[in-house]
Amino acid sequence: MELLKLENITVSFTFPEGIVTVLDNINFTVNEGDFLALLGPSGSGKSTLLRIIAGLIKPNKGKVYFKGKEIKDINPGVAMVFQNFALFPWLTVLENVELGLKAKGLPPEERRKKATEAIDLIGLDGFENAYPKELSGGMRQRVGFARALVMEPDILLLDEPFSALDVLTAENLRNDLIELWIEKRIPTKAIILVTHSIEEAVYMADRIILLSKDPGRIIKEIRINIPHWRDKKSQEFLEIVDEIYSTLTGKPLEKILWKEKRHIHIPEASVGSITGLVELVNDLEGKADIYKLGEELLMDVEDLLPIVEACELLGFAEVKEGDLILTEAGKKFAEADVLERKEIFKTLAIEKVPFLKQIVKVLQSKSNHKVPRAFFLDLLRKNLTPKEAERQLDTLIDWGRYAELFEYDDDKDELYLPETSELINLSSET
Amino acid sequence: MPRLIWSPIKYRKFSVGDIIIFLFIGSIIYSIATLNTIYSKPTQQIYLDLSPLKLPLYAIFSLIRMIFAYIISLIFTIVYAYTAAYKKNLEKILIPLLDILQSIPVLSFLPPVFMAVISLFPGSKIGLELTSIILIFTGQVWNMVFSFYQSLISIPRDLREAAKVLKLNPWQRFWNLELPCAAIGLIWNSMMSWAGGWFFLMACEMFTLTNQNFVLPGIGSYLSFSAIEGDLTKLFYGLFTLIIVIILLDQLVWRPLIAWGQKFKIEFVQDEETYESRVLLWYRRSRIFEFIKNHIADPLKEKLNQCFVRYYTEKTLKAQNISIFPKILNIIVSSLLGLLVLRGVFGLLNLLIKLPLTTWEEILTAALLTLLRVSLAVIITLLWTLPLGVKIGMNTKLSKILQPIVQIVASIPATAIFPIIIMYLIKLPGGLNLASIILMLLGTQWYLLFNIIAGGMSIPKDLIEVSKLLKLGRKEQWKILILPSILPYLVTGGITAMGGAFNASIVSEYIEFQNKVVKIKGLGALITEASSTGNNALLAGSTITMAIMVVTINRLFWKRLFKKSEEMLS
Repeated sequence: MELLKLENITVSFTFPEGIVTVLDNINFTVNEGDFLALLGPSGSGKSTLLRIIAGLIKPNKGKVYFKGKEIKDINPGVAMVFQNFALFPWLTVLENVELGLKAKGLPPEERRKKATEAIDLIGLDGFENAYPKELSGGMRQRVGFARALVMEPDILLLDEPFSALDVLTAENLRNDLIELWIEKRIPTKAIILVTHSIEEAVYMADRIILLSKDPGRIIKEIRINIPHWRDKKSQEFLEIVDEIYSTLTGKPLEKILWKEKRHIHIPEASVGSITGLVELVNDLEGKADIYKLGEELLMDVEDLLPIVEACELLGFAEVKEGDLILTEAGKKFAEADVLERKEIFKTLAIEKVPFLKQIVKVLQSKSNHKVPRAFFLDLLRKNLTPKEAERQLDTLIDWGRYAELFEYDDDKDELYLPETSELINLSSET
Repeated sequence: MPRLIWSPIKYRKFSVGDIIIFLFIGSIIYSIATLNTIYSKPTQQIYLDLSPLKLPLYAIFSLIRMIFAYIISLIFTIVYAYTAAYKKNLEKILIPLLDILQSIPVLSFLPPVFMAVISLFPGSKIGLELTSIILIFTGQVWNMVFSFYQSLISIPRDLREAAKVLKLNPWQRFWNLELPCAAIGLIWNSMMSWAGGWFFLMACEMFTLTNQNFVLPGIGSYLSFSAIEGDLTKLFYGLFTLIIVIILLDQLVWRPLIAWGQKFKIEFVQDEETYESRVLLWYRRSRIFEFIKNHIADPLKEKLNQCFVRYYTEKTLKAQNISIFPKILNIIVSSLLGLLVLRGVFGLLNLLIKLPLTTWEEILTAALLTLLRVSLAVIITLLWTLPLGVKIGMNTKLSKILQPIVQIVASIPATAIFPIIIMYLIKLPGGLNLASIILMLLGTQWYLLFNIIAGGMSIPKDLIEVSKLLKLGRKEQWKILILPSILPYLVTGGITAMGGAFNASIVSEYIEFQNKVVKIKGLGALITEASSTGNNALLAGSTITMAIMVVTINRLFWKRLFKKSEEMLS
């Protein structure tokens, strides 16, 4: 049976500098029995999407239907678990769990009975009269779950509920939730999980919707037919993880856009992390599985991806079937000393990042070799949102400083060429 | 199976807390009963029994006035801050208006308040009491409004969302989300407001209006009266009583409240700064409180909750049918409000037009003189609070010992000591000038001191260590480490201190002492005089000048400094 339906959901924000689209034409349905994961990097609008389903945010375009009825206010059939728990610190565990029942107008005895049951179910007995600040993170999130489950929602909305917990606690809570779900000990008819962890999505969900970023669009939907409990080391599990990884790293749609726009949207990775990754892969004989790399470094996709992309862009490495393979240039870079590295980086950066070259050109053309940051920001804003433009320029300045292409004065907010440096001959490289 | 969840220790004996509560309620009932007999004497003629034996009674009268003023302040705070926080179109008017209202001294409110109240209760003592209460209210409400508004707009987003998804109705949202989030700020600001109330109490319990004197029995009027008669002994008795009242309030009300308020902290990290109160423990063990909680408060809360749930469910059902009605109501209310504001502005302009140019000249010179005095007071304050505040702030041991002492000393209203100071200074040439500056100083130095202490405490310990390792000289340490870190605190303290000093000018530039009026040229003196002689045009003119001056200085000087310091730290 169809529970939830999203129709042409579009969300955009208007700034003086232009319109930013967060979600672009999202359509999907959720049926009874679905455990759906919304997966994507940060900026893909997945949390916004969850809030639209809850009725907390109104989309600019499109409609949400719950059991065939359009949602105008808060969705009557949902309860939500928040990333940072969102517990009321001045209420005890019991009071927190009871709060939603109080809002419904249930009499005290009934409230207490239901709340106590939910607390027992989620394994919090004994902590009824504790305040949230007396509990550990994992226990707090259990309160968050109890508070949502006590409402007996048709759809349980989970907004990255495990991401603020340490690895073991998160794993424990995940398993407890799956157990409640597959043994049907909760009346919940569907679960929607927002996450940026591929492994978490593949481990828990039956359906995964992959979202791209800037703007958020559905790039792929994947069904997972492995029965619970899933073995994370099994062949089929790893295959799905790899498939998702290459879909996200490949990002065919964005690559095309990138070439079309011809603006230099460089991945936001610091020189330090690029160097670190190249060195690490070099130590691993120049080849590493990206998924395993992330696991080993305890990094999420959204943190690791920009670094991988930066290595690719600079020609230090290539991505092939979920593996990161160093190129000759990458190996040379990894084994070089500090000064040689800067030289290599400079050559590659000027070659691969046209905008860096443009910056140097502009600086050289000025008689005092100084240009305010705002000038380049304006140039970048033509193709990017204001926030993105800021981040882009920060990254560009980081790269440019490392390569000793130019200097940056943080107090005056201006880029300049140091007087001692000789002018870089740019024409030879083109 | 139902389980026993809350099991307080039953059959507890009466505790000290019960006795305190009992005494408090008893004394209030007794005083209200006596109030009537005191008033049966003619009030128009200025008279007050100065027998020290009456002092406890007077203290309770003043306390009741303050409590009523505070209750009105609380209600006003909630309504005003709520409107400002949730009605985006009204916010743009209400918040700047708050800035202006905050800069208007109490006495400027006197004539309009008096006229309004007296026309409602002609010739009655209730009218007088109400005037006094409203005057106290105008002195203490604004910072509370500001604090509540600030808390409302900074409620964490996820808590708001949680409240929405749980479908709390506005009533439940207020008690479970908004009030708790605002509690700590509100408690601290209430404390400040009470200190402000004591400061202006003398002016609020005995005032002159259109050359008529009005006295209300209370500790403030007792002090004023002893000052007018020049009776030092009685002045000391009054002061002594006042200090006892303030210390009692601090120990029995504010400290327990602050300790209790700690549970409303939003951050989950354990704070190193903890507030403890033995009295709070007494209250918690009190049987009266327990009885009220279990048999009155909790059932009442439950009843109200059910009522509101029913009310809001019906309302949402109705709202689906007719949704234009609230909109129309909204338009009517806001247009009525607009008309009222227009009428007020028109009346004000009408008054101001009457003022001749020479009077404006007078006002401006007076304003400059007051500005000079205020600046001097702030500079002198800075000279001693800066080194001391930083020293206390940076030294944890020192601050633990000194903080409570300083807090008590600070809560003694300087106006009460003022007549004594005057007595010695009045013989000196320019003595009143000096005295005026001293009163401003006494009234406002604490804001700066407390903020600087807080600033000193905020300097990161590792930076202090680094500066020691680098063997920075005293001068460098101040320039590089101390001043930049305390600047935001300094600015916050400065704004409050300067505004407070301006407000204090109404009592420091114009004093009735030993049966004669002593005054010096200044904006505060002008306001007090205009209000007592009933010169409303002059009152309006000088009040507006003061408001403009305070707001301009805040905008052009303090806020810019604040921005600068924020940039420096980020």
